[in-house]
Amino acid sequence: MKRVDHVKASRAFIADEKHIQFHDKRLWVLRTLRDQAAHSIPEWEELRSLASGIKEHTLTHLADYLEEFERNATNNGVIVHWAKDAEEHNRIVHEILSSHSAKTLVKSKSMLTEECEMREYLEARGITVVETDLGERIQQLDHQRPAHIVVPAVHKLASDVARVFSKTLGTDPDNSDVHYLAEAQRDATRPLILNAEAGMTGCNFAVAETGGITVCTNEGNADLSANVPPLHIASIGIEKVIPKLEHLGVFIRMLSRSALGSPITQYTSHFRGPRKGAEMHFVLVDNGRSARLAMDDFWYSLKCIRCGACMNTCPVYRRSSGLSYGGVYSGPIGAIINPTFDLKKYSALPFASTMNGSCTNVCPVRINIHEQIYKWRQIVAEKHELPFVKKEAMKVAGKVLSEPKLYRAAIKAADTAVAKLPRAFIYNPFNAWGKQREVPDAPEQTFRDWYLKNRKAK
Amino acid sequence: MKVALFVPCFIDAFFPDVGVATLELLERFGCDVDYPLEQTCCGQPMGNSGCEEDAAATEALFVKNFAGYDYIVAPSGSCVHHVRDHMTAVEPSAESRAVRANTYELVEFLHDVLKVDAFPWTEFPHKVGLHNSCGTLRALRTAKMSEIDEPFFSKPLSLLQKVKGIEFVMPARPDECCGFGGTFCVTEEPVSARMGYDKVRDHKQAGAEYIVSADSSCLMHQKGCSDRLGLDLKFIHIAQILNGARS
Repeated sequence: MKRVDHVKASRAFIADEKHIQFHDKRLWVLRTLRDQAAHSIPEWEELRSLASGIKEHTLTHLADYLEEFERNATNNGVIVHWAKDAEEHNRIVHEILSSHSAKTLVKSKSMLTEECEMREYLEARGITVVETDLGERIQQLDHQRPAHIVVPAVHKLASDVARVFSKTLGTDPDNSDVHYLAEAQRDATRPLILNAEAGMTGCNFAVAETGGITVCTNEGNADLSANVPPLHIASIGIEKVIPKLEHLGVFIRMLSRSALGSPITQYTSHFRGPRKGAEMHFVLVDNGRSARLAMDDFWYSLKCIRCGACMNTCPVYRRSSGLSYGGVYSGPIGAIINPTFDLKKYSALPFASTMNGSCTNVCPVRINIHEQIYKWRQIVAEKHELPFVKKEAMKVAGKVLSEPKLYRAAIKAADTAVAKLPRAFIYNPFNAWGKQREVPDAPEQTFRDWYLKNRKAK
Repeated sequence: MKVALFVPCFIDAFFPDVGVATLELLERFGCDVDYPLEQTCCGQPMGNSGCEEDAAATEALFVKNFAGYDYIVAPSGSCVHHVRDHMTAVEPSAESRAVRANTYELVEFLHDVLKVDAFPWTEFPHKVGLHNSCGTLRALRTAKMSEIDEPFFSKPLSLLQKVKGIEFVMPARPDECCGFGGTFCVTEEPVSARMGYDKVRDHKQAGAEYIVSADSSCLMHQKGCSDRLGLDLKFIHIAQILNGARS
């Protein structure tokens, strides 16, 4: 697998002033709204601890809760499937669709189906897959991955959407009025929903004691996808299970406040069993989750409820966009999840962070994201996936900084170079510091020299 | 009270005045300050890059240099954060544990240990924007972070408020990381520089003449950005203001 080049992608994103400005500001607004919403609840920090505790408890008793969930769902008339990986998930979904002769699948947003690359799999087998979330639909029509967990097309301006829709839905390319564009998409998608033989949703929370699932959306598209066609398939990551219905009260209070700063999503829909004459299937998917659960330092990432707050607050994400991370998950959470799928491919992501720690402090389930990023860097180095130049530079630095004589020679050389060398030589193409920044002036003497003269000599 | 002064490598090389101000300030308060002459670096550049093996010898040297002091004080939040929270490459020992626990960032040392209540020699008649590095803000916790709803506190601000004539301006995003990030500043150059540009522009629009911080690394990066943009901002370490610098 080719290594993701986050630097190159972010450079391209930053070069476009209009996009980066909009992107940074838009997501900063979400972070600000999150602060207001969270800070208006006095027990917010307690809720975070509670949510984290419920998740950690569930994850450490995962098998039991999953079996309880399966039992109760089955009793409710749901057909439950288990998929160990993406391939098995896709095959199961395809088999269900085939057995119903379904040709069109309408679906709401699901990061899990992105993870499984289900759309590509089904489309190669003659099934039309229609994303019904507006942002996700835009991304589907533009042949791009979602750039954000919650707002998939946040990196696009309205004019970008106008361009995509003009090519795919036949709208006026010069009309980027958002109402016009949303209406056009709705007009194009509604008939597809009404005529689809099958619908699919993801799952935000799967409640073990009831066997039901909860899906949170702002557009109501999950309800259309689930309730209009006679067949509803829900793809569920095994880490989505929570023990009791009462625990929903904790997570529902936090999800949308963390994501968008709104008290709750417009639609919080609970699905417990098939309608009369309809079928409901739950596909419980592992796809690397059990392996992650076994990782001492990294199993905490399974607590994630996919709110996107870490992305909104991340100053690096805001200035590089989700697509620059080259994987299904982006931003801080992507930097710690993607490497569990493919360390080599995603080895640059733990380094796309300043380690500022803001992500950890907005996370509603208290995932120690930036500490995990730090740990991943060690794994990347141990597994020899650091770029050659960095690896060699660190070897040299480790040698020089551990030997006082070498160190003193090196900093004198640096000071002399900055003081004496011509500007063109210092600002050479290999000097990444100097591309967009000035190099500090060289002082007359190092601190140590000053100290020897002014303190030791006395 | 036997205090060792740790002057991080890049301050030794590029900002000796910050080291001098720190030393003089500690001496003003009667500390018996030693500067171990064989000191180099805390190991952060290697540790932060995941290279524990390459960090081990430097961290061991740090422990050797600074063992036996009551306090080790450094004018750099990120280095202290490394020593305290991430110095894991060196073999753990009673000595290394003591060194790590006794290492303080200058602001917290003045505020929490010396409990300084006045800097009568200071005067700084300028508009300053305070930059809290992420290490001091979210790791050492010397100030309230905007992510958490908690009562306001800021150790650097409470020290600076004792300086005569100083005036504070508030940028729109006071807590936003400036993009230095250690080796990040060169390996992720495009994002790093953009974050730095945004940071210095934010302070400029707020009306700052000076940006003051307890971290010279952030200041070095921000000055590099500001000078390239031609913003006419000045940068100063908090030790220099508290030691009586007028400009």
